[in-house]
Amino acid sequence: MTRISLTVDGASVSEDVEPRMLLVQFLREKLGKTGTVVGCDTSNCGACTVHLDGHSVKSCNVLAVQAEGSEVTTIEGLARDGELHPVQQAFHECHALQCGYCTPGMIMQSVDLLNDNPKPTEEEIRVGLEGNLCRCTGYHNIVRAVQTASGQEVNAS
Amino acid sequence: MTVTEDRPAAATGEIGRDRRRKEDQRLITGRTRWTDNIQLTGMLHMAMVRSPFAHAKIVSIDTSAAKAATNVVDVYTGADLGESQGVLINAWPITPDQKTPVHLPMPADRVAFAGEIVAAVVARTAAEARDAAELVDVEYEELPAALDMKEALRDEVLAHPDLGSNKSALWVFDSAEAGTGGNVDDAIAAARTDGVVVEREFRQNRLIPAFMEPRSTVVDPTGEQNVMYSATQVPHILRFALAATTGVPESKIRVVAPDVGGGFGGKLQVTPEEWLTWCIARRLGKPLKYTETRSESLMAAHHGRDQWQKLTMAADKDGTLTGFKIELTADLGAYVAVVGGGVPVLGAFMFNAIYKIPAYHFACQTVLTNKTWVDAYRGAGRPEATFGVERMMDELAHELGMDPMEVRRKNWIRHDEFPYTTVSGLEYDTGNYEAATEEAMASFGYDELRAEQQRRRESGDRVQLGIGISTFTEMCGLAPSRVLGSLDYGAGGWENASIRMLATGSVEVTTGASAHGQGHETAFSQIVADRLGVPFESVEILHGDTQVASKGLDTYGSRSLTVGGEALVKAADKVIEKAKPVAAHLLEANVDDIEFEAGTFSVRGTDQGISIADVAGAVFVAHNLPEGMEPSIDADATYDPVNFSFPHGTHLCAAEVDTETGAIKLRKYTCVDDIGNVINPLIVAGQVHGGLVQGIAQALFEDAVFDDAGTLVSASFVDYLVPTAADMISFDVHHRSTPSLTNTLGTKGVGEAGTIASTPAVVNAIVDAVRHFGVNDIVMPCTPERVWRAINGSGAGGADPTTGDAMPHFDAEGEQA
Ligand code: FES
Ligand code: FES
Repeated sequence: MTRISLTVDGASVSEDVEPRMLLVQFLREKLGKTGTVVGCDTSNCGACTVHLDGHSVKSCNVLAVQAEGSEVTTIEGLARDGELHPVQQAFHECHALQCGYCTPGMIMQSVDLLNDNPKPTEEEIRVGLEGNLCRCTGYHNIVRAVQTASGQEVNAS
Repeated sequence: MTVTEDRPAAATGEIGRDRRRKEDQRLITGRTRWTDNIQLTGMLHMAMVRSPFAHAKIVSIDTSAAKAATNVVDVYTGADLGESQGVLINAWPITPDQKTPVHLPMPADRVAFAGEIVAAVVARTAAEARDAAELVDVEYEELPAALDMKEALRDEVLAHPDLGSNKSALWVFDSAEAGTGGNVDDAIAAARTDGVVVEREFRQNRLIPAFMEPRSTVVDPTGEQNVMYSATQVPHILRFALAATTGVPESKIRVVAPDVGGGFGGKLQVTPEEWLTWCIARRLGKPLKYTETRSESLMAAHHGRDQWQKLTMAADKDGTLTGFKIELTADLGAYVAVVGGGVPVLGAFMFNAIYKIPAYHFACQTVLTNKTWVDAYRGAGRPEATFGVERMMDELAHELGMDPMEVRRKNWIRHDEFPYTTVSGLEYDTGNYEAATEEAMASFGYDELRAEQQRRRESGDRVQLGIGISTFTEMCGLAPSRVLGSLDYGAGGWENASIRMLATGSVEVTTGASAHGQGHETAFSQIVADRLGVPFESVEILHGDTQVASKGLDTYGSRSLTVGGEALVKAADKVIEKAKPVAAHLLEANVDDIEFEAGTFSVRGTDQGISIADVAGAVFVAHNLPEGMEPSIDADATYDPVNFSFPHGTHLCAAEVDTETGAIKLRKYTCVDDIGNVINPLIVAGQVHGGLVQGIAQALFEDAVFDDAGTLVSASFVDYLVPTAADMISFDVHHRSTPSLTNTLGTKGVGEAGTIASTPAVVNAIVDAVRHFGVNDIVMPCTPERVWRAINGSGAGGADPTTGDAMPHFDAEGEQA
């Protein structure tokens, strides 16, 4: 067991963890942050995406001990003071989710994408989300949500 | 708390509005209740030990090391559990003599596919259970495995030796015998001399539903009623089957489907994992959770499609169809699943599609093999059929030198010919194929793209353009119970709804349909709000818990809206009828003078009125009701559909093929779907987008590949290619609405349309792009390698469709399918 201390969604936490524990397990099992989910065991699906010190990571691909001293933001910490994040709002407005299982990861990745590139083209959005799988939406409305959140014109239909 | 902003309620109708979804708020903020999120006090965790062999005798299982591991509670084998584990059912034996192997959740003596469970380990944490599962020592004696479905038909190697044959059932429909048409062999013989006969054999690749939420089950055996939480599409069927096969009274079982992360048919199964969690939790008297890994999901949750289709189409020289003969071989995998052979049989009613075909024959041979079981995947039988007929229409057009749209036009049912009874015996109520096609061709730019294709062909461009057409219909709204009965299906097709008018003015609605991404909470609220004239925000839709919505038949087959929606309408109408005498009493008027509109009861010819919410309040206090009246205006309704509904559409795909590399690029995709009246256009468009991608993925990417030992090699998302955003394009999606005449709302169902239509549109486009190289088929998924081989092969690329592999790097092992 190793003791780690970090900030998760603005709160300081400290826990003893097994060295092999993944960050996603730590979030779900130790902190009850079940908004972040697991969709695969090969780091392909992106469902577990969170921000580690401001950048998106697949939390199934990071050990909890690696997050020592870091700041983690999950989908549960994205809205501030009762206000949805613009990307959350855009996902709702553009019907960019159906079952919603991919959604936390998709939103966290989209936020990161827009931090790096505030006015992405459709092509850049598609490539930027390549590491996140969605089985329901066909990505059509997810692309529109990211365009909307970026304040750009949305393609018709 | 964060609040999802809703637009203010409009005074006018809810139906047809693009309401943003009610369910989004919890999903975009991460406050969702997935089954794997559930934690109960004292809960234990389970991990499975699975067979690495496709077919083997279990010689011995040594669990001692696992039992001794840290925090392990116990380890169970099939021998330990015996009959207490129950058995898994097939609800649709397609013929009386169907061969159906006994399907135990955990067999004790023999495994029949790689991935079958042989031991279950229970520990205090999931990680400890998984670690200990590695310590279970199983000795197997490998048996020869039946893997290729065509070889399996020869019965040389048996998937289940005690059955004596791999042939499970042969199901036949013949139009001459049924009296719905002529004799197809006569039609084919006549066409051989005076017309044209097209014969092809197509492969329907095996797919994996690959819902994003892995399956998970939690069983809480404390209390009188034992509770099962499960990531399922079918909580009611699950409860029924648990009661029927484990001897626990149905009234002692509560099944809850919390938020469910996608299904697409993949979660309409009753599964070994559910049965074992149920049995072992009850044995231990402790809450128990099992959550699968993605590789377990891909390996052991049921697969879809997997057919060979031998098709013979006969026509006159002018392109008029005279006969269509369909001979299917369908792989069931190792066990007959809950719908099982019923899936390909649904195709019997859809191979004739939108066409007037005078003679028709459909035969389906189901086959048992030592592979993962096969059952419904989005569309279930109908995509397979649509693929077959739409590919054949293109082949026929080519044979005749006609434009593929022209051949379709010549043969489809004209809008003035409805209602129309098809050669497979269904009555289509409405449709307008001409109008949908015209709109699609205009939006697509059909003529310009054909001209570009011509230019590229003439200049010998390295990049060739192809145009693919798919004019499809499907049967939705499963299903009239008497039809299911005539097909020997083990249940009915009705749906239930109930409406509770609460004292404070809000309305609680339960539905037996069980959503997993379809947006029922929103669409159903719109229906009830409209019917009762109450605000959208005041309606709460409850579902997915057998204790809350006790009656239901769940969600599959695009049935929720056409059947479940109609039940809502009927229940709402009953509420209004019950409320009328109360309103009359309170308004001191004659009940015959009471009118109901937009949520208010009024006295005809006066300005006196009372809202339905006020009536509900008055009924709650019950101080002043008509003499002898029961103090309730709540109502429920069970609706059994009178007919299927038949959405249809025209899908057009333009694809570019790089003839030097075989690479494919989707250029444009247009679809015009006629899905009847639309409750919420936003949700409808979303269903179409998602469906399109699943259908396109079958054509281009997805394939469940087994090696020659029967191991699934595409058992992770590294190798099972669910498309990403970067693989897809934006779509040009339109709807039309010819209202269905089979239900009050005039809806037809949309859940499966995109998937059904898109696969043949894409393959037709690719074949069209390279047909001048002598190619008349490319086996799905149409990978660059297969396309390249087709272009560079000896003549027709489809001549030897069994060579070539989805995964070039697996060639050493060589999949032979
Ligand atoms: S769980 Fe799939 S990438 Fe992390
Ligand atoms: S919304 Fe279901 S997986 Fe994306």
